[in-house]
Amino acid sequence: MINKIVQTMADAMAGVPDGGIVLLGGFGHVGTPNALIDGLIEHGATDLTIVSNNAGAGREGLAKLMALGRVRKIICSYPRSAGSVVFEELYKAGKLELEICPQGTMAERMRAAGAGIPAFYTPTAAGTLLAKGKEEREIDGRIYVLERALRGAVALVEAWEADRWGNLTYRQAGRNFNPVVAAAADLTIVQAQHIRDLGDIDPEHVVTPGVYVDRVLHLPYGDPSIEGK
Amino acid sequence: MNAPTMIPPTMIPPTMIPPTMIPLARPPLTRAQMAARVAADIPEGWCVNLGIGIPTMVADHVADREVIFQSENGVLGVGPAPAREDIQPWLINASKAYITLKPGGSYVHHADSFAMIRGGHIDLCVLGGYEVAQNGDLANWATSNNDTAPAVGGAMDLAAGAKRLWVVLEHTTKDGQPKLVETCSYPLTALKAVTRIYTNLAVIDIAPQGFLLREMAPGVSFDALQARTGAKLHLPD
Repeated sequence: MINKIVQTMADAMAGVPDGGIVLLGGFGHVGTPNALIDGLIEHGATDLTIVSNNAGAGREGLAKLMALGRVRKIICSYPRSAGSVVFEELYKAGKLELEICPQGTMAERMRAAGAGIPAFYTPTAAGTLLAKGKEEREIDGRIYVLERALRGAVALVEAWEADRWGNLTYRQAGRNFNPVVAAAADLTIVQAQHIRDLGDIDPEHVVTPGVYVDRVLHLPYGDPSIEGK
Repeated sequence: MNAPTMIPPTMIPPTMIPPTMIPLARPPLTRAQMAARVAADIPEGWCVNLGIGIPTMVADHVADREVIFQSENGVLGVGPAPAREDIQPWLINASKAYITLKPGGSYVHHADSFAMIRGGHIDLCVLGGYEVAQNGDLANWATSNNDTAPAVGGAMDLAAGAKRLWVVLEHTTKDGQPKLVETCSYPLTALKAVTRIYTNLAVIDIAPQGFLLREMAPGVSFDALQARTGAKLHLPD
């Protein structure tokens, strides 16, 4: 029987290596796999490269992982945002490497990795500072930048529903990067709000088929906080 | 690529008569008026992505026309902001503000959202900007070559991918320096991408010859506008 549902955080994080690239789902405070990030902190993996749209906010989650010195490099589109204090401190002190990547290029680099495409040409960033050092090529009269696929050792995903095969659905804007990172890593770990019996998720509604998923942990934490909004 | 360069004060173009020499007859448009002016040009049926700031306000002014607003975090059919008691905790836009979804709306993931943008399926993107050059170059993401951690977000993807790129910005900086220039001094977001500019003083197209003046706000004279613009303004034939 296929059963990707694990019972403990330790089981979810087993074998996560040091030095790997970790892809994070989430955009803003919605759809971010915060419990799994806490699990990663507990697990102790270090020297990580994190791929995330933002560079963390406040002192919890990704910010805590960075503050503990576990992150060597971050790849993101929007490092500075409200509350990105830990990023600021570490970056200023030269303790964190940063790669700025346009948001759509970042998504497509991971999509390409999941689809077995090693690199692709995009018009995004052509002629700008972010194309520096990358191959630029004219195709049919337009300049494109060669961007390489971005594959992770691990992906951390937040889903709304999951079943034991690892089929996933998402909630509203909580979908964001989650299905993209799920398909782009060697080990895809999911925290899910609801566990459904096999067959109870309408096949027409499955967003991420279980083929992309390795482990599912049931974490019914409820809705993201709207405090301060 | 062309390295962005600062224009030294001694090289200010001869078109730059100090703006205060030619006063405006009326105050410039407010931010809400600028947003309304942009909205007036958006026809029913377009799919539109709005950037942060004044662009976001454009959605409040399309009235009864059915316009599909896209937010690049994967929401199509964005509706107005909810009252506090109606907030749906999972429904945010790319500015991380709470939104509503209109009937007919849908969700996609980030790669699909940007494929939609890069693939030319978005009729219009409206962005803010620091500078626009007469050839359509846009600078709107980094204020210095020395800032090593500027936030680009989706701006470069949107500028390169949308069918049309309109930029809405004040005509000059707070110090009276023109934001419409011959060559951008700030790092570029996209090259030759802007198609139209809406400022608090005018509507200007990017045409083969450069800045093509389409409309001046009430109380603005051509001379007053030219004095506040860093490159030559052309008039339609």
